[in-house]
This record gives sequence, structure tokens and C-alpha cells, in this order.
Amino acid sequence: MSMLEIKNLRAEIEGQEILKGLNLSIGPGEVHAIMGPNGSGKSTLAHVLTGREGYEVTGGEVLFQGRNVLEMEPEERAALGMFLAFQYPVEIPGVTMTTFLKEAVNSIRKARGEKEIDALQFTKELRERCKLLNISQDMLRRSVNTGFSGGEKKRAEVLQMAALEPKLAILDETDSGLDIDALKTVSDGVNRLRSPERSMLVITHYQRLLNYIVPDRVHVMVRGQIVKSGDKNLALQLEEQGYAEFAEEAAA
Amino acid sequence: MASESALEPFTEQYEALTGAGTLPGDALPWLKRLREEGIQRFGELGIPTPKVEVWKYTNLRALERTAFQPAAGGTATPSLDTVPSLIGEQAGHRIVFVNGRLHADLSRLDRLPDGARLTSFAKALDEDPGLLSDHVGRIAEGHDDQAMYHLNSALMQDGLVLHVRGGVKVEEPIEVVSVAAADGEPLSWHPRHLIVLDPDSEATLVENHVSLGGGATFANAVTEITVGAGARLHHYKLQDEATTAFHIHTLHGRVGENAFYDGFGLTVGGKLTRNDLHLRLEGSFSDARLNGAYLQRGKQHCDNTTLIEHCVPDTTCREVYKGALEGKGRAVFQGKLHVHPDAQRTDGHQLSQALLLSEEAEIDAKPELEIYADDVKCSHGSTAGELEKTALFYLRSRGIPYPVARRIMVESFLGGVVEEITTESLRTAFMERITNWLSQASD
Repeated sequence: MSMLEIKNLRAEIEGQEILKGLNLSIGPGEVHAIMGPNGSGKSTLAHVLTGREGYEVTGGEVLFQGRNVLEMEPEERAALGMFLAFQYPVEIPGVTMTTFLKEAVNSIRKARGEKEIDALQFTKELRERCKLLNISQDMLRRSVNTGFSGGEKKRAEVLQMAALEPKLAILDETDSGLDIDALKTVSDGVNRLRSPERSMLVITHYQRLLNYIVPDRVHVMVRGQIVKSGDKNLALQLEEQGYAEFAEEAAA
Repeated sequence: MASESALEPFTEQYEALTGAGTLPGDALPWLKRLREEGIQRFGELGIPTPKVEVWKYTNLRALERTAFQPAAGGTATPSLDTVPSLIGEQAGHRIVFVNGRLHADLSRLDRLPDGARLTSFAKALDEDPGLLSDHVGRIAEGHDDQAMYHLNSALMQDGLVLHVRGGVKVEEPIEVVSVAAADGEPLSWHPRHLIVLDPDSEATLVENHVSLGGGATFANAVTEITVGAGARLHHYKLQDEATTAFHIHTLHGRVGENAFYDGFGLTVGGKLTRNDLHLRLEGSFSDARLNGAYLQRGKQHCDNTTLIEHCVPDTTCREVYKGALEGKGRAVFQGKLHVHPDAQRTDGHQLSQALLLSEEAEIDAKPELEIYADDVKCSHGSTAGELEKTALFYLRSRGIPYPVARRIMVESFLGGVVEEITTESLRTAFMERITNWLSQASD
């Protein structure tokens, strides 16, 4: 069974159709990349998959491990194992990362009918995850994303991903605003979280990120549809040729 | 023109009390005069209506329509267990008032340091009448148009008196618990508080207002405060009364040279709460913080009306009020910074921010600057809005269900002003009260 199966997905925002019959299938443990020019609908796809308000799905299906999630609230999808790393993570002053993650993990456990985690054990595990991901433990005591640099915010997203242990992680333009060192650290973190049970959907505008997070499949998205799919070499081809050719193909 | 019928219960009360000759300090000419002036001015002004500019957004009609009886002494005696504490049962000092009267049996005053005196207004009239005649009615002077202040002056019987002598520091917080207790008929009282900090002294006073019993109550309090040169007063207040309580509080404070007034008020309870707060920065390098937060739901109404006067050069103030409203909850913020002509180099900043959690919630915010000096740094601002959608989605995408996500966001929002409270244990206690309120089912 696929981890994620998107069938002929159509969605609009304020009456304007953004996703125009999109198809995509991701198997367990696979890392797929979606590349596309600005305005092709990449972020809309990430938001529709995770249940953000403001989009109207007008057709198609999204099956996550065989279950249609389109009617579910964002928190229900998270409880099933979906995770979105935000392009612009939100600051929550006064709420420490530890408190926030404990709240999140316990909410998910509660939704799954599991017991609350032991607070001390959880804090210990978080520290170990920081070490593993090469993230300063200071971050755990700081307010979520508050006053973080661009790189810190993205590292914090990876830390959250590690703590929530999703089955499918969607990374929305995780490379945006990162210098090369930050990009390496974040990519290393993501790579450490790759596993046969965890799939990833990496959304990016640039091929650069895919030098570090090497995908199993690459899809080109233009005007709300996947117009071409291939292996990692497709990303290199895109880098050389640009999106123009694909845009024409889509129009033809 | 005041309506006769609305004033009648109060003027009758005044006549009955003065006629019986049992009022505390009845024999003191200055106090008798203050009471007489009070009832006369109240009679002229009447209960404020929205036609009075500073009462534009707060309507007292529901108060007028309730037949309040004066709360008699000893009507309700709660046990210690039923009187909650913000500072912990064993910590600090505590004085308890029930319907405006001191309950010494519930108080804990034996650990106060020498030079700090905490007693009731009625007792202080016997024991230290000079302190009262020096300050009561004098600190508040110049506000002849405040009807509710004058009503308090006419009918005051008891209240809190705190006097800290020069150089004395009261390390532990002093908790003032005010219990509003009514089971049957509606009860009213008019507590009068006096806080005098002599030069270079320091104290932390935390007011905790709660209700027992389900009856309607009306507390019309006046607090007069003087913070002497170099003294520091931390003054925090929790209004946690039941939704049957009318709560009007008029405060007048004078802050001396190099002195610091640090005020914070959290309103979660009450049917109608009005805080009328007035500070005069009278000494150079005096500094005031006047911050607050509010959470109101159902048909609760909370009004914070403040006036900070910068009277001399080199004074500073910071004022931030933040609140969240759900249901038909309503809040008013009217804040004025008044910079006198001599008050050069005034540094004053004021901000009002409200979160509207429902369609029917309402905030009326009116920040005002009145500046007569030319070398000043002053600013004011006001915002009102809904919960930020992206932030809400961020939390929910982590598996946090909507009600919890909402609670976390409001906590984060209000936490930004609660953190201004300098005493950490009280900061925690106020945050806990906020969390409790947010965890209760919304309407």
C-alpha cells in the first residue's frame, strides 16, 4: 500500500483553481521531491495535504495509508502521522520548545488512545535528539521560534519532526533563506530521519537542496499539475534547462 | 441631572448611618466634612451615565436597577478553607476583608517587619488618626467630578491601611483578600484603602477579589496611595469575582522623586468591572508601570480607564493592557497620558491590544496623549484582532487540537504582559489563573 496516494486532486482558493487534477503516489520510505516555478501550486499542495483552512477541494482524493484525509482536521492528520515543516515557522513567545513539543506529543498520543509520556523521560529524549541532529540544547528552553534566525527556525522544524516521528513529512521550501552551512546542517538532520517507515515529500524551487537530500523520485509541477516525473537526474536537467520547456509542455 | 430614584437608596443609607452616629470616626471633624462633601457631590453628579465622557462605553443601568442593601458586619463568616490564596497558605502576609470589613481571624499579620503596619481603616481611625487625616481625601484631591469616588467618601466604613516607614522593606508579598459574600439579597459596600510608603521603603501588595455565594454584590472601592521619594510599590490585583458582582475601583496615586509604582491588574471575573486608575508622577525620575490583562466571556464587561500625569521633568511610564474576549464579552480601555508644561524629557508609552475570540465580542479602545511640554518621547497604540490563522494552523498541524491551540495562543499573547510582574511566584499564580479561565468551557 502507498504511504500517500493523490488522485486527480483539484483545489481552489477564493474561487481561483490552483491544483488542477494532480496525481502523485509515494511509497513507504521513499523521498520524493516536487520542483516547480513560483506560483505553480507547490505550497498550496502542502497546505491542502495537511488541512489548512481557506482552500476548497473541488475534486479528487488524498489517501494517507489508505484513508481519505480530506475531511479531517489538521490535528487529526497529525495524529495519523502527517507532518509539515513550514516555509515560515511561526513564533510563539512565552511557550518553550519543550513545553510545546510535550503538548504536541501528548495530544497525538491522546488521539491515538495512548498514555501520556513521562515528562522527565521526554525531556531526556529531546536532549538526545538535539545531540543527534547537531542542534544546541539551548533551543529547548527558548520560546518557540521567537527571535530565531532563519537557519535556527528550520533546524527547529527538523527537531519537531524528530520528536513527532511522523510517517510522512512534507518539507515546504525548507531551503529558502538558508546559507550553504545552514542548508547542510538542516539537510543532515533530515537525512538522519530517513527510514524505511518514513516517507518524505520535499518541495523546493531550487535543485541545490537535492544535492544534500537525494530524492528517490523528482516531479515537476507546473500550473497545478505534475507534468513530468523521473529520478534524481531530472532535477539536474531542470537546473540546466529551467522550467520554461516544461511549462510549454504543460500548455501544449 | 441625576435621577432621584437611582440615588435614593444611597442617600437613605447615608442618612441612616450618620443619624445612628455609629460610623467609624464619626467624631473626627475632617472625616465628617469629607463624608458630607461626598454625599453632596454625589447627589449633584448622580450615578454616571454614558453621557459623561469618561463613562461613554460603560453603562451602569443594571447597577441602578438592583436594590442593593448595605452589607452589615458579620453577615457572612467564611472559613479559612474557602478563602483562596494567590501567595500560598504559609507564605507572606495576609489580610482578609469580607464585604469590605476586616476579618482579623482570617488574617495573618504577625510576621510583618518593624516599621510596617497593616491594619483596617476603622482601627487606624482610633490608633493613628493623624496618618489618615494627612492622606485620606487629600491624595485624591482635585477630582471633583468623580461621582463614584464621592459616593465612597460618603459611605466608607472600613478598608485597608498599609503604612511602611522610611527605609523599611517588606520582603514577602502582602495579600489582601476581598471576599464578596451574598447569598440572598443584593449587598453593597464602599471600602476605603490607604497605602503610604515613606521614603526609600518597599512593599509588594497583591489584591485578590473573590466571591462566595451566588447573590449580587456591589463593591465601590477607593484606594489612595502615596509612594515617597525613592520608595517602590509593587501593586497587583486579581479581579476574580462571580458574574453577579459589580466592581468599581477608583485609585489615586502620587509618586515621588526616584520612586517606582509597579501596577498590574488581571480581570477574569465580575459582571461589570471598572478600574479608574489615576497616577501623578510628582517627583523627578519617578517611574510608573501600569499594566493589565483581562479575559471576559458571557456578558461580562471590563473597563480600564487610566490617567497618568507627568507633572515634573524626567519621569517615565509604561502602560500595556492586553485582553481576550469571547461570547458577548466586552472591554473598554481608555488611557490618557497627560504631560504638564514643565514635564520635559517625559518618556511615556502606552499600548492596548485585544483579541476578539467571537463575532459578538467587543473592545472600545481610546488611547490618548495630551502633551504640553515640547521635549518628550511619547507613543501610544491600539490593536484589535482575531487569533492569527497561520499560527493556529501551525499548532494544529503539530497535532494540538483547536481548543488547546487557542489556549496556548491566548496564553502566549497575555504572557507578554504578565511577565511585567516582577515577583516570579505571583507571575506564575496569575498565569495559572489565566490558564484555568481558558480551560473552562467557552459559551
